Amino acid sequence: MPDSQPAVSLRGVGRRYGERVVLRDVTFDLAMGQTLVVFGPNGAGKTTLLRMLATLLRAHRGEVSVLGRALPDDGYAVRGQIGFLGHEPLLYRELSGRENLRFHARLHGVLATRVDKVLEAVGMAHRADDPVAECSRGMVQRLAVARAVLHEPELLLLDEPLANLDPAAITQVDPLIGAQSGRTRVLTSHDPAAGLAEADLVLGLKGGRAELLAPAADVTTDQIAELYA
Amino acid sequence: MRGTVAALLAKELALELRTRESVPAMVMFSITTYVIFHFGLDANTVDGDLASGVLWVTLLFAAMLGVNRLFVAEHEQGGFDGFLLAPVDRTAMFVAKAITLFGFLCVVEIVAVPAFALLLLGPPLGQALPGLIVVLLAANIGIAVIGTLVAALAIQTRARDLMVALLALPLLVPVVLGAARATAPLLDHGGAQALPGDWLALLALYDLLFALIAYAIFDFLLED
Repeated sequence: MPDSQPAVSLRGVGRRYGERVVLRDVTFDLAMGQTLVVFGPNGAGKTTLLRMLATLLRAHRGEVSVLGRALPDDGYAVRGQIGFLGHEPLLYRELSGRENLRFHARLHGVLATRVDKVLEAVGMAHRADDPVAECSRGMVQRLAVARAVLHEPELLLLDEPLANLDPAAITQVDPLIGAQSGRTRVLTSHDPAAGLAEADLVLGLKGGRAELLAPAADVTTDQIAELYA
Repeated sequence: MRGTVAALLAKELALELRTRESVPAMVMFSITTYVIFHFGLDANTVDGDLASGVLWVTLLFAAMLGVNRLFVAEHEQGGFDGFLLAPVDRTAMFVAKAITLFGFLCVVEIVAVPAFALLLLGPPLGQALPGLIVVLLAANIGIAVIGTLVAALAIQTRARDLMVALLALPLLVPVVLGAARATAPLLDHGGAQALPGDWLALLALYDLLFALIAYAIFDFLLED
């Protein structure tokens, strides 16, 4: 995909659940390698936006393009290049972390040796053979990070990725999902200062509308706080 | 697709071995039902049509337990999303689930059929066994295909257990009818008769029809 083409492009995108509209007329472009941070109160449409970009939901209005491919028609072509970290870890509780990651590695056509590398990278190698059900929330989140980056995706979609992680774990996963990962990222946050520090572009959603869309350098924490007022 | 199906099957096997949620329940249900029939029918032995009916109705309801559980882990633990995020043919999930259910049914029958012979069957099972295995395999394919399709539909609804029964039982009537009619001569009190080819052919045709339908529409069941 040429670098001049946006990694993510939305044009007038809308989405509803039944009669309830959760996204209205959302438009933005995100360049390759950049980070978009999405702010907004609960129910603003952040998770829906991420799930749409992950090909898990369809837009009911407008056009969505991810890594140069139009969704949902070309979803198959981009799935292997997207790393999705949502509220659910997408891990089977009765299987161990290693078994879960090996399963996902097989689905993504990734070598089993990569599983050990990511387990080491998230600091879970020593508990990799414990059932996920016996892991703490923070450990499960580390495993979920490992799952999301297992196939070395170009685009990361991260829904409050640092939830449940202690400071040491945050430092540990930063090379994988932080700014230094070098990947294009769309992430949601409720922390204006921390979110702004991560962002190249800021999107503020309220009631499904894009109330704020600007380069991070032009946005203040007060403007973000207003979204939650 | 073969690699994806293999990965899904390995995961299904690991989950069942770890949780033991489906197969033991199906086995226990079958044996308990045969015990109830043993006392409820007030007959020491059954044969022919009655034996065939008792065998197949019990196996059908035991299968419903497995159908109900088939997609629970995917629904409750994010397995659907994890799978849908991968660049794989989505029909692989149907194939893997149908093979899983088929495998569960075979394991259940390895225990349930001898238990049925021991508790209820008049004529010796040995003579009927080769033909019975053919009928069991043909019926298992039909139950696995239809059960997987119905389970995928029902898991999206609130009244999952109810929906499985409401959708699967009518669709499985031809399977049970065909299987029971094909089995009856095998369990005749005068010794096993020839396997009725017409009923077996009906079973095979029904299996094929639903396999094609499921293959065509399963992708859409997973869509948003």
